[in-house]
Amino acid sequence: MVKFGDKIARLGVIGALAAGLGAAQPALAQGTIKVGVLHSLSGTMAISETTLKDTILMMVDDVNRKGGLLGKKVEAVVVDPASNWPLFAEKARELLAKEKVAAVFGCWTSVSRKSVLPVFEELNGLLFYPVQYEGEESSRNVFYTGAAPNQQAIPAVEYLMSKDGGEVKRWVLAGTDYVYPRTTNKILEAFLKAKGVKPEDIMINYTPFGHSDWQTIVADIKKFASAGKKTAVVSTINGDANVPFYKELANAGIKATDIPVVAFSVGEEELAGIDTRNLVGHLAAWNYFQSVKNADNSAFIKQWQSFIKNPKRVTNDPMEAHYIGFKMWTQAVQQAGSVEVDAVRQAMYGQKVAAPSGFVAAMNTNHHLSKPVMIGEIRGDGQFDIVWQTKGAIKADAWSPFIPESSKLVADWSYPWVCGNCTAPKFKSLAN
Amino acid sequence: MGALLTPRGWWALIGSGLIAAVGVPLANLLPAPGSALHLPDYMVPLLGKYACFAILALSLDLVWGYAGILSLGHGAFFALGGYCMGMHLMRQIGPRGVYGHPVLPDFMVFLNWKELPWYWQGFDQFWFAALMAMLVPGALALAFGYFAFRSRVTGVYLSIITQALTFALLLAFFRNDMGFGGNNGLTDFKDILGFPVQARATRLGLFVASVAALGASFLICRLVVASKLGRVLLAIRDAESRVRFLGYSVTNAKLFAFVLSATMAGVAGALYVPQVGIINPSEFSPANSIEIAIWVAVGGRGTLIGAVAGAGLVNGAKSWLTGVAPELWLFALGALFVVVTLFLPRGIVGLAARWKAREP
Amino acid sequence: MIVMFRFLACLWFLLAAPAFADPLADLIPKLGRGGFADKAEVAAELGALGDGRAIAALRALADGKLVTRADGSVAIAEPAGEGVKLAHPLTGADLGTSAADTVERIRINNRLRAAIAAALGALQIFSPNPEERLAAAREAAKAPTPELALALDKALAAETVPAVRAALRSAQAAVQLSVGTIEQRIRAVEALSAATDPQVRNLLRQVAQAAEAPAELRAAAETALRSIERRLQLAGLAEILFQGVSLGSVLLLAAIGLAITFGVMGVINMAHGEMIMIGAYTAFVVQEIFRAYLPPDAVDLYLPAAVPAAFLAAALVGIALERGVIRFLYGRALETLLATWGISLMLQQAVRSVFGAPNKEVANPAWMTGGFEPVGGFFVAYNRLAIVVFCFLVLGAIALILRRTAFGLHVRAVTQNRDMAKAMGIPVARIDALTFGLGSGIAGMAGVALSQIGNVSPNLGQIYIVDSFMVVVFGGVGSLLGTLAGAMTLGVINKLLEPVAGAVLGKIVVLAAIIVFIQRRPRGLFAPRGRAAEG
Repeated sequence: MVKFGDKIARLGVIGALAAGLGAAQPALAQGTIKVGVLHSLSGTMAISETTLKDTILMMVDDVNRKGGLLGKKVEAVVVDPASNWPLFAEKARELLAKEKVAAVFGCWTSVSRKSVLPVFEELNGLLFYPVQYEGEESSRNVFYTGAAPNQQAIPAVEYLMSKDGGEVKRWVLAGTDYVYPRTTNKILEAFLKAKGVKPEDIMINYTPFGHSDWQTIVADIKKFASAGKKTAVVSTINGDANVPFYKELANAGIKATDIPVVAFSVGEEELAGIDTRNLVGHLAAWNYFQSVKNADNSAFIKQWQSFIKNPKRVTNDPMEAHYIGFKMWTQAVQQAGSVEVDAVRQAMYGQKVAAPSGFVAAMNTNHHLSKPVMIGEIRGDGQFDIVWQTKGAIKADAWSPFIPESSKLVADWSYPWVCGNCTAPKFKSLAN
Repeated sequence: MGALLTPRGWWALIGSGLIAAVGVPLANLLPAPGSALHLPDYMVPLLGKYACFAILALSLDLVWGYAGILSLGHGAFFALGGYCMGMHLMRQIGPRGVYGHPVLPDFMVFLNWKELPWYWQGFDQFWFAALMAMLVPGALALAFGYFAFRSRVTGVYLSIITQALTFALLLAFFRNDMGFGGNNGLTDFKDILGFPVQARATRLGLFVASVAALGASFLICRLVVASKLGRVLLAIRDAESRVRFLGYSVTNAKLFAFVLSATMAGVAGALYVPQVGIINPSEFSPANSIEIAIWVAVGGRGTLIGAVAGAGLVNGAKSWLTGVAPELWLFALGALFVVVTLFLPRGIVGLAARWKAREP
Repeated sequence: MIVMFRFLACLWFLLAAPAFADPLADLIPKLGRGGFADKAEVAAELGALGDGRAIAALRALADGKLVTRADGSVAIAEPAGEGVKLAHPLTGADLGTSAADTVERIRINNRLRAAIAAALGALQIFSPNPEERLAAAREAAKAPTPELALALDKALAAETVPAVRAALRSAQAAVQLSVGTIEQRIRAVEALSAATDPQVRNLLRQVAQAAEAPAELRAAAETALRSIERRLQLAGLAEILFQGVSLGSVLLLAAIGLAITFGVMGVINMAHGEMIMIGAYTAFVVQEIFRAYLPPDAVDLYLPAAVPAAFLAAALVGIALERGVIRFLYGRALETLLATWGISLMLQQAVRSVFGAPNKEVANPAWMTGGFEPVGGFFVAYNRLAIVVFCFLVLGAIALILRRTAFGLHVRAVTQNRDMAKAMGIPVARIDALTFGLGSGIAGMAGVALSQIGNVSPNLGQIYIVDSFMVVVFGGVGSLLGTLAGAMTLGVINKLLEPVAGAVLGKIVVLAAIIVFIQRRPRGLFAPRGRAAEG
């Protein structure tokens, strides 16, 4: 036993040493274009992020099948930042400095993005960030393909205020205590007050990450709603906590016709983990739903299901964001004729993609997309019925006009601004 | 025991310190990129991070390996030290934040805070932040340890309440109302002592500082371990009641080790933050603290060099495996822990000792 | 049946007699046209018509089974193989089958859904099914419009089921609050004052605050309000206590297996959470097997089958773990932490590889869905109640096993004095393996229960592991009674604090309290006494 153990250990040590040496070697330049995939495959965020990793692998596979990019094959470099925020920064550095990837597709939580942001700015990398987020940011090294608050939260609230939405008068803003819900609720509060909602008709509630016992809060919501005015819940509850929340909601007999719940982080993938028969009618606001009917979307769904070899797998909004982001990046690379970051960035502005949502998504000079806003009601089969959508694509605000400090700021990376958070352009016009 | 180090030990310590503190910067600066000897830029903060983890492992080894106190909340002291440094770095940003406020960090502007809370005062001074990075964890350890050791909370009970401590702090720091940036924590640092944190020279400087701190920590631990107090601690670990009956103050001895250890962990945290560029509440998570214990166990509990080796090995393996085997690395790491416990009860240092003993 | 038809006929003549053409036949196709607002109007008109033939179409619309066909007509569609089977919305006549893509499902939204519910309420008040009548009466109380008065009077006169009668009466009172003479209105207020229902409270508040209402009516409403408020407050307190017990039982279930592997055997089992996870995934697998191979109405029975399956699955993994790793580590308690942590990482990743990272859906069986209100303002969800009961059953079973069986005797002997037990001829190794298997198996059963209220994901175990250790240590290592007391105390305190301090601060306070408590009683609530206490 001892001898055997010894041998194994010795092998292990040798292996580890060899590995350390191997890691220190600079990667050899190859005839491929590398893209980094920086999504957690383990830890708490793996639930959501694994799917996005697979989405990028599918897109890479697709582009290679069509002959690659600039005559080269595209190679995905997958790493696992393990839902550990400092590790995100370390892995980002590894992808950019060691693997020399042309672009990185990754991150889900705001804190992971904040953690890698200095790395991308220092090493001049490109990050495509596919998740709806709080805005208040525009980095020249990040393209934000998810929704900003004005592309999700405000239209949803406007819908609920309308006659079709049930003329809601009283609001519960329930969220997980972190920056996205805080920002969204701050914007919504300002918006609601501007619309004449009284402060006593707004209840704000924050819960910790992974909150699992929702009895008290659901009871509170019921109590708040029993005051006689039509009440709705605006939920910015994050990932993991949603399943117990919705289960509690369903069992507490809260029907969508009584107290509708509109969520910004619950899509098809999250619903696949919940029995939705008792949640019919609750809402979600996104820029894409799987139930959208058009040829691009059917192709997208088919491509995904055959890639993942599971005809039941669903598509969702962040996946569509990655689809748009990856397509745009390949187009920009072709246009620039190179994967060099500065050239690609310039080529990104104005880039258009026919998105599965049925609209044309366009990249703006504030590094955010123009996308449509859709509001869906949950069906019994875990899909959404689209009950309202914008006429056209809405341009994302990097800086919210509803927050006093940020309303002054402008994000525009084209001449003469060339800035993500400025109150005046960087360059003065030469004519004057 | 007796002497602080054997002559050979001194040579080894100074030698490895020099290799790390001088060799790494030289390997990074001198050879041309691409040459086999060149140490790429991205490795420098990585190695600096390992050095910080090694200090942290040393600090836990001091209390666990020598005094038998298994703290499953040592990450809390590390994180507190990190937050102190993070607060200083935030204050250094000054008006360069996105909202351009001269004093308040961005997240405070955003949460409509009008002035700096009292506990942020003074952190604009480096010396104050550095002092606090040691004092805050030390004071917490003193208060916590005083009550716990006086009440003779031992063994697994102590482990669990230290876990409760770090878990409570995790939840507290998550709260945006606390004034520490909530889940996002503190990030987007610009410079430290006037040097931009992203510059290569600053990185190397921080790395050298970390290695120096590691060397100093090692010596301090060695000093404690080799002293009479160290022998009392060992005795406490092996038979606490007997030591007490012999008239030694078990509480004071443990308290000293615990506070010293927490202070070291605080220093490690303070050095860690500028190198990774972010400090946030996840550092308080109980899982992180358990991992520290695992580094020590893998390296070899009760040997200082083992703690350092364990921190390096486990973290190196993690860095490497998450890159090359993103879907399988947890199997490899998990198996490593099982194999080490089953076959190497004294860690890799024990293995080395066994090899040595076998040599003629 | 006859009663229903009589009343339907009665209503029919009352409301629709002057029309010669069939207004229903005109209205139903309109459900397929226009926006949600137009359809909601049509639904309201259908309700006002009072013609029971509309019920089928309205229900189909609510269930998403009403479709428009290529020619613009409307039909009720039932899925049949690849296509759909169509039926006439009014007569139910078979319209044959057609391909699924030739018909368009009529989409609805919440506004339309509410209009349908109101219309169905008006129509179903004379339904032969008492549950439907009850729902209709509740619907009427929700939106007490004067038009309902007549129908409610008639329904009340014919009603025999007490629960429905009570609901009808409060609906009637709610209607009378706004119409009728002062005396009638005051009587209505008095009739309503016995209710314990936030909805009634709102109605009364409206009366009490209405400026045009006579003073005596307002005063009566005030009195009624006060008594309702008082009862609601009591109900609220009862609800908080129940929530506390419910949380306590969740904590207890999560911790009880650990109380055996850690408390009794001294193994710091960091893989305990993963045993819970294995149990939850077993529930998922059993559910999928039932869905695939059994008729739909038997699927709900998956839960009773999942409990023993989860016990076995987790127990087998536990025994393998004990034989493969832990048995080499007895006496080195802290090192079990390291090994089991490694195992926990591997188990998580294994589940992630096999089942995928996203959450898995485990449905509540119908009998565990929803809940009831013993009194208004105090809601008990069936799944929560079931978990409380299950938790005590499990605890009782373990106590019986440990106290009343030879195996239990051996377990206690081995934990108290291993060498002596060995000397007495007890097969120590086998007892170790079986004890660890028992603890793991219980964790597996807990997993089935937890799958009913939370997510089934590879991280499931991590959610409960810290709490489980807190409970066991707080209660006192080695004492099942302590674990019970610990879990219930923590659960109730948490729930009492949460409304006051909020979820986060409440939890911090509880953790701080545990730390302070351990200083006072370093061995937990129920400290072991005697020799065993010296560790």
